[in-house]
Amino acid sequence: MAREISLAVVDGILIGGVYALMAVGLTLIFGVLDIINIAQGVLVILGAYLSYSLFTAAHIDVFVGLLVTVPAMFIVGVAIHWAFIRRLRGTERTSMTLLVTYAVALIIEGVLYKIYGANYDQINASYTNSTVHIFGIYIEYIYIYGFILAIALVVGLYALLYRTRFGRSVRATMQDETAARLVGIDVNRVAAVTFGIGIAVTAAGGMVYGATTAFNANSGYDLISRLLAIIILGGMGSIGGALGAAVFMITLESVVTVWYPTWSVAVFYAALVLVLVIRPNGFFGQRAVRAQ
Amino acid sequence: MRATLPWFSRNAIALSAVALSVGVLAACSSSGSSSSSSSSSASTNNSASKTPITIGASLSLTGDFSADGTAFQKGYELWAKDVNAAGGILGRQVKLTILNDASSPNQVVTNYQTLINSDHVDLTFGPYSSLLTGPASAVASRNGYAFIEGAGGAPSVFQTPQNEADHNVFDVSLPVADQLMPLVNYIASLPASQRPKTAAYPMTDDPFADPPEQLAIQKLTALGVKNVYEKIYPEEPSQLTSAAGAVAAKNPDMVILGSTDVPTMQSFMKAFETAHYTPKWFLGESGPDQGQAFISAVGANNADGTMVPNGWYPGYNNPASQKMVSEYVAQYGGSAADINADVAEAYSVGQVMDQAIVATGGLDNAKIISYLHSGVTLTTVQGQVKFDSLGENSAAAAFIFQWQGNGTKFVQVLPAGDKASVAIIQKSPWGSS
Repeated sequence: MAREISLAVVDGILIGGVYALMAVGLTLIFGVLDIINIAQGVLVILGAYLSYSLFTAAHIDVFVGLLVTVPAMFIVGVAIHWAFIRRLRGTERTSMTLLVTYAVALIIEGVLYKIYGANYDQINASYTNSTVHIFGIYIEYIYIYGFILAIALVVGLYALLYRTRFGRSVRATMQDETAARLVGIDVNRVAAVTFGIGIAVTAAGGMVYGATTAFNANSGYDLISRLLAIIILGGMGSIGGALGAAVFMITLESVVTVWYPTWSVAVFYAALVLVLVIRPNGFFGQRAVRAQ
Repeated sequence: MRATLPWFSRNAIALSAVALSVGVLAACSSSGSSSSSSSSSASTNNSASKTPITIGASLSLTGDFSADGTAFQKGYELWAKDVNAAGGILGRQVKLTILNDASSPNQVVTNYQTLINSDHVDLTFGPYSSLLTGPASAVASRNGYAFIEGAGGAPSVFQTPQNEADHNVFDVSLPVADQLMPLVNYIASLPASQRPKTAAYPMTDDPFADPPEQLAIQKLTALGVKNVYEKIYPEEPSQLTSAAGAVAAKNPDMVILGSTDVPTMQSFMKAFETAHYTPKWFLGESGPDQGQAFISAVGANNADGTMVPNGWYPGYNNPASQKMVSEYVAQYGGSAADINADVAEAYSVGQVMDQAIVATGGLDNAKIISYLHSGVTLTTVQGQVKFDSLGENSAAAAFIFQWQGNGTKFVQVLPAGDKASVAIIQKSPWGSS
């Protein structure tokens, strides 16, 4: 039993890293722009398909392919913001973004179905099935690489937000948009670029997800509720919180699966409710972007 | 200075509600799109001047069952095309109306209500999966429609108050509860020394997956095969790896996986490979029967030795089946091995309806129901069909198929005495060639 629990903990931590990769973009967009991006799950799948296409058609390694897919997803993000988000104004803006991003999700899903069909695909790079043996447990390299990528991404985004002029503009915009305008910040540009960055980092999550799980255009719907739960628990807008919450939630779920698999989903959401009762701002709410 | 309830808290609560409900919302509302497809008419005879026979069906063209749903759509449309090319049924062309239920048990009910009460279709065909067939058949029952289907074989579909009263559900395929019996019988025929010593039974939380596993557990345990793992789990991507890891830790000789689709199979196979664990016997209830869709997800070498129960495969030695296979390849391309067994199940639904219409001389659903319960034996691309009192196909043959030749051949291996069966092989190590 001890071995099964150890295995579940290791699985939970590493798979949690994958979910963190998928969630950081969502928390960045919500924390900065007050946008609940329901399309995040489908955008993860779009990222997976981009990596899949580069790998199968051009034989480009999936990690090297991020040099293409991340900028491509940034452009997609800016385009979505320009076409759908920037027009939303007023007190109903946040709730309206729910509907708008859901529509975006349906559009992207339909296009992906048209291009790739309904069958499931998976990125089968040579190292996606290679393992390393540590303390009696076999661990896939792809999960280790994914976890390292998640940490690197969190550090990179943190540096971007807190160590750059652009980051100051972002934080100023989200604290007080009117004041930011008065000091000469182009808030529309900041919003578009931030949305683009949020979508761009999703390319990395999509790549690792596609290398570890079979997916089709619909697979994003299995993800979105968990991703939302993760960013709430981590503290909305907290990049590091997303990583911590993803690891905590998926590990908890994984350990529960050892004994009572049918209860694991209930425990996942019960943990969310319980933590919010005790800490309404989530794990890292006090250190979240907006709270700075 | 913050308000009593901080901004984060207010939004956290609101967004929590969104997070808890969005999965359900997504499943339900993603089904909003619908498509209508009419079978092409190649016939130029005078049947074109008669009113077409309208047949409505709801299929999972998006959502969790989309791979199967689209295969079913191809099967229905291929059948309609063949019928219309031959002059229709009773001289009338067939027109299909197919709505998308997005794999949602709620949407499938709405769709059949629309088809029956708004579109006023003459007849109905079933959706994909037992999960959707149950609620859909209740709508058909309330409206007096015969409900012929090919992918709702779970006992829960037939043992409902509506069906026990109206007897309107007819499954042309193999009843799922019995589908593992060829494997059980084969193991029983082996000397004790050659039987698997231990077995694991992970099952998805689905009405299709559990009944055959429960029967197999009962029979195999009686044969001395020790049950080392038996758990039902939700089909969440983040959990499959953990469940598979728990199975691998038990190191059983045999794994019978209660899967409903390819991703579940892929997740377990990948986790087994990671754990350097290869079961000697490995069977998935659904997934390996999906032809190229399975191979592309798991890899041909990994597929080798994987088994699946079913009632049909592309190499099935049946003239009608072979004709359908060549027509499918001509229309959709690829090879026979690419064809999903769902295509044959859907095609068989059409064939049974065709024979019932001809025999009853019209589209009276009550007469069709009565005819199908008369004990008549019908023929389909899957073989013979004969319905029992609850509409299960009592004439269906159960087979076990296996991927062999490094994942290049999908062959029948059980029943062992069947002349079409080849020798069963042990699961080869992952990634070997």
